[in-house]
Amino acid sequence: MKNYIIRRILQLIPVLLGISIAIFAVLRMIPGGFASGMLGIDATPELIAQVNARYGLDQPAVTQYFQWIGGVLRGDFGQSFRSGAEILPEILTRFQVTLELTILAAVISWVIALPLGILAAVKRNKLVDRVVRVVALLGVSVPGFALSILIILVLSLAFNYYPPLNYVGLFEDPLRNLEIMFLPALILGTSMAGSVMRMTRSSVLEVLRQDFIKTVRAKGASERVAIFKHALRNAMIPIVTLIGLQMGSLLGGAVVVEQIFSLPGLGQMTLTGINNRDYPVVQGCVLFIAFVYVLVNLVVDLLYAYIDPRISYD
Amino acid sequence: MKSFLETMRKLWADPMGKIGMIGVFLLIAMAICAPVLAPYPYDQIGMRFQPPSGEHIFGTDKFGRDIFSRVLYGAQVSIQVGVIAVGIGAVCGYLLGLVAGYFEGVVDRVIMCVMDVLFAFPSILLAIFISAVLGKGIGPTMVAIGIVNIPVFCRTVRAAVISAKGLEYVQNAKSVGVKTWPILLHHISPNVVAPFTVQVTLALSGAILTEATLSFLGMGIQPPSPSWGSMLSEARADMARAPWVALFPLLFIVVTILVFNILGDSLRDVLDPKLKV
Amino acid sequence: MEHLLEMRNLSIDLFRGKKQPPVKLVEGVDLNIRKRQTFGIVGESGCGKSITCSTLMGLLSFPLSVGSGSSIRFQRADGSETELTSVSKTEMRKIRGREISMIFQEPMTALDPMYTIEAQIEETLRFHTDMNRAQMHAAALEMLQKVKIPRAEEVLKDYPHHLSGGMLQRVMIAIALINNPRLLIADEPTTALDVTIQAQILDLMNDLRESYDTSVIMITHDLGVIAETCEEVAVFYAGQVIEQASVEAIFHEAAHPYTAGLLRSVTSLGGAQKQLYAIRGTVPTAGNFSSGCRFADRCDFCEERCRVQAPPLVEIAPGHLCRCLLHPAQKEGLA
Repeated sequence: MKNYIIRRILQLIPVLLGISIAIFAVLRMIPGGFASGMLGIDATPELIAQVNARYGLDQPAVTQYFQWIGGVLRGDFGQSFRSGAEILPEILTRFQVTLELTILAAVISWVIALPLGILAAVKRNKLVDRVVRVVALLGVSVPGFALSILIILVLSLAFNYYPPLNYVGLFEDPLRNLEIMFLPALILGTSMAGSVMRMTRSSVLEVLRQDFIKTVRAKGASERVAIFKHALRNAMIPIVTLIGLQMGSLLGGAVVVEQIFSLPGLGQMTLTGINNRDYPVVQGCVLFIAFVYVLVNLVVDLLYAYIDPRISYD
Repeated sequence: MKSFLETMRKLWADPMGKIGMIGVFLLIAMAICAPVLAPYPYDQIGMRFQPPSGEHIFGTDKFGRDIFSRVLYGAQVSIQVGVIAVGIGAVCGYLLGLVAGYFEGVVDRVIMCVMDVLFAFPSILLAIFISAVLGKGIGPTMVAIGIVNIPVFCRTVRAAVISAKGLEYVQNAKSVGVKTWPILLHHISPNVVAPFTVQVTLALSGAILTEATLSFLGMGIQPPSPSWGSMLSEARADMARAPWVALFPLLFIVVTILVFNILGDSLRDVLDPKLKV
Repeated sequence: MEHLLEMRNLSIDLFRGKKQPPVKLVEGVDLNIRKRQTFGIVGESGCGKSITCSTLMGLLSFPLSVGSGSSIRFQRADGSETELTSVSKTEMRKIRGREISMIFQEPMTALDPMYTIEAQIEETLRFHTDMNRAQMHAAALEMLQKVKIPRAEEVLKDYPHHLSGGMLQRVMIAIALINNPRLLIADEPTTALDVTIQAQILDLMNDLRESYDTSVIMITHDLGVIAETCEEVAVFYAGQVIEQASVEAIFHEAAHPYTAGLLRSVTSLGGAQKQLYAIRGTVPTAGNFSSGCRFADRCDFCEERCRVQAPPLVEIAPGHLCRCLLHPAQKEGLA
């Protein structure tokens, strides 16, 4: 197990290096460099050259890359071109927001999706199943931003409620923080719930068809034992895979909801960085998001071994 | 062709398939006939924030443009972007997947490694990135969404090719000395068609969603072009005053994605009964 | 009640939709199982033998259901009788795994891959007894030793994927017998196993049946298994019993052309084997049965009346039943 984890982490290094090179190159392909973006209509070739010199953008790209990645390896992600602020501390602060949002959303989606998915599988083709399938289809089909707008619309028109816009940290004022986080988390959670529901339903159905469920019933088990102790545990692998993928992509991809609800998360930071052509900010964010994503995948793989005795990493 | 008609017939027999087919057909008809159906040009300015009425059945927006007309033209944009983007993703993904699956070895590893890196990003973030590089507007947006779609097609096709390669008749063709490319074209491609078609339909709804999201964030289609996403984004500021400005584009986004998903689900049930649950 | 189990006029319906009448997959089956008897049910796949036994366990599920007019009476351990076709779900759960147990064809897929052998054996005890952990562990260990599993203490901690098919079938037998059931249903218990393992499993079942005083219903398509284990046999064809007799009578005086065909198509190890016989044609599918004899299309002796008139099951000799119009005893039966 320990060897496996070490091996996996070593394997991450080339992937992350590849991503760092790719992102570095791609950023410099964005039309309109940092300088012209910052200077706007005042840009003259002389001014642009001055700005480039100040941020080291006049040096060869390879030199720039090695300076950046060298800093990253020492834990120094550099400073924002725009604000001059240190990048790594800001990433970490904002990551807390995104992480909290992701965890809340995930919990909400499980609370909705797992029981309904199981219920639909057990009551296959009955009315409950049909309702759950329609709800799940709606869940996968309604985009997060559309749902956000719809909910804000309804809340403001019917209840005269407007979601708070000034973010407050979880540790500063937990209740206020939860009020701010609840709506975005609910929206992300319901969007996730659709596919989790479908996956739960289909994989529980698949397991219920298998021989060993007949054995369990033949032993005199109640349906509750057959479903929760045996079917669900066997159905868990694809569900966990999906949940892992979803959480991994939420940790970097809650861009839209963060934007709509003005949450200072990682997605929003990345988006602002791209719009400002703030190279070090974008590079840092993307590298961090990729790192978190692969880490989540590793955790999911380790979970497999915990769930399924047939999988072992020794 | 015969199997195409057969598939359509089976789809029609399934209630959900029927809903999906009718819905998608109506949307396409709406998009094509937008110039005929729309009572006003999509950019004609008039009285601002008119609520829905006989004159403007969906009302007007902050520039006094007719929302019904804009929604119709928006369907044109959505479907056009969806179809072309998925086309780009499907063609590139198909070729890469075919190559990766058939040759395996180094070629496969290189292709799949690139795909994994692309896949490792949340798709919306990837789309934002690529469209930042390519620039704004309809063309770059289509290409950006197309690239985002490559990995999933590549994986689908590669998996189908690898499993088809194990089939006895393909092995036989190889053992009697049929050359590589004829085998690919004649024996393997037919096996890939079913999962691929299903993937195309589902990717269409994904692409339409991504376009709407990008435009909503201000990265995709630019005003005054009537994209549902950018219409929604523009409407946000005045939501309390004029909710209809947001409501109609929103409804159309949701319904469009829904009917494509319904069609995709039914198509999967019809083409690939193994996957049916 | 004289028998452990009395099945009367059992039929099993397949639901085809609201507009169509159900198809009868099994029709008019009468069986009596005596205490301590091994009763064989033989037939090709799809003849209804397996679903008949699923019915005994109350394990039929949609779209299958027990037809009206069916009765299965079962004598409980406390001497009372229970009608299995109408018993409540809770009561049926008490019978399953406690009074009627079952082992299946595929030992490799019959156990839950996520739990240890010990957990799966003890589960059966937990459903039906009040034993504590230590008692259950001791009982499970003892049972594994009885089914002759070496290193039983270690096997308890293993997961199903650690064991071979033969070992897993022994575990299944252990699970089935641990509550000392009155009836054991074995559905093709050796079909999925290697020939050498098959004999070991059958021997084991024979030994255990004697020491446990359990009646066994042995479902198989293999007449060799019947010869080795059973006392009485019912031959199923297309959802009906077409012949039923003691094992000796079936092997030496088979009366139905189908049974005779089955016997001729078996390879025997001893003696010069002539060309192996094959019954021509295939089993008709449910819903396509003719109104006459269901075997008529494949029968070498088929006459005109066989296609029109449905043959009844008639006692042609004491304890020997046959469903064939051509048998001489048939006339008396009809009269």
